[in-house]
Amino acid sequence: MITKMTVTNIHVLDQDSAYDFYVNKLGFTLVDDIPMGPDTRWLTVSPPEQPDLQLVLFPVKVSKMFPKETADALIKLIKQGIFGCGVLTCNDIFATYEELKAKGVEFIKPPTKEFYGTEALFKDDSGNYFSLQPLNNFDAQP
Amino acid sequence: MSTTQEYPKVYLYRRIVQAKLFIDAHYADKIDLDNISDEAFFSKFHFIRLFKTVYGKTPHQYLKATRIEKAKQLLREGQSVSDACFGVGFDSLSSFSGLFKRAVGQSASVYAAHHQLNREQKAHTPLAFVPGCYAYQHGWTENSNFEETDP
Repeated sequence: MITKMTVTNIHVLDQDSAYDFYVNKLGFTLVDDIPMGPDTRWLTVSPPEQPDLQLVLFPVKVSKMFPKETADALIKLIKQGIFGCGVLTCNDIFATYEELKAKGVEFIKPPTKEFYGTEALFKDDSGNYFSLQPLNNFDAQP
Repeated sequence: MSTTQEYPKVYLYRRIVQAKLFIDAHYADKIDLDNISDEAFFSKFHFIRLFKTVYGKTPHQYLKATRIEKAKQLLREGQSVSDACFGVGFDSLSSFSGLFKRAVGQSASVYAAHHQLNREQKAHTPLAFVPGCYAYQHGWTENSNFEETDP
């Protein structure tokens, strides 16, 4: 029986920049930052109130895992903003929106009332996007 | 149809958020929270009420919680308990220690020792902290640089 999701990936273009974005801008907690060879780190973060979920800030570059053709294609798609990484939940979407905007986070959509609730969309430093929604958004449907 | 929500009193939100960001930036200084409400152009009472509505804590509670979070971070990075205490703006080691234990559920020295051990284990056996599937796919088990990762 599956019980939990514990580790998942966010493909990023640059680990230093991703560290700054996820830790300093989004306020995620650093879990591991362990060097693994010359240019790679095992870099994981958790949402502040979810310590048992690690997001691996996974660098896309030519490696055993990504042959050049694959890495190039993936980098291109990430930069195009193709990948939605999921929903992040906050207590107050307007305050969170204003705070992230003040920190320079790029929003694709400000807090907007949709038929399914209120949401905003923002991009990370690589081009991945997230939906930002208030807690209990699913209860707020008209 | 989607509509950009005209959320109530944008300027109020911005002032409250600015006050929160001010605390985030200056938590280690001697912050006079009365000044923050002045800067936010509110009466003190009104400011505290709005802040608590948005963040679930009064500015004073939020400042204390921020200092404890930052102290945890410094302890995880290997700083001593007294350096962490004074580094985040507490004046007194005893009030810091009491508050830390109430907030975290263990004393600052136990928390520090736990993370000291954790850092040593990560330095000596880094692969023990990486799911094997990732290490395998990266070829990290074959990587001599990694085998020598020992400060």
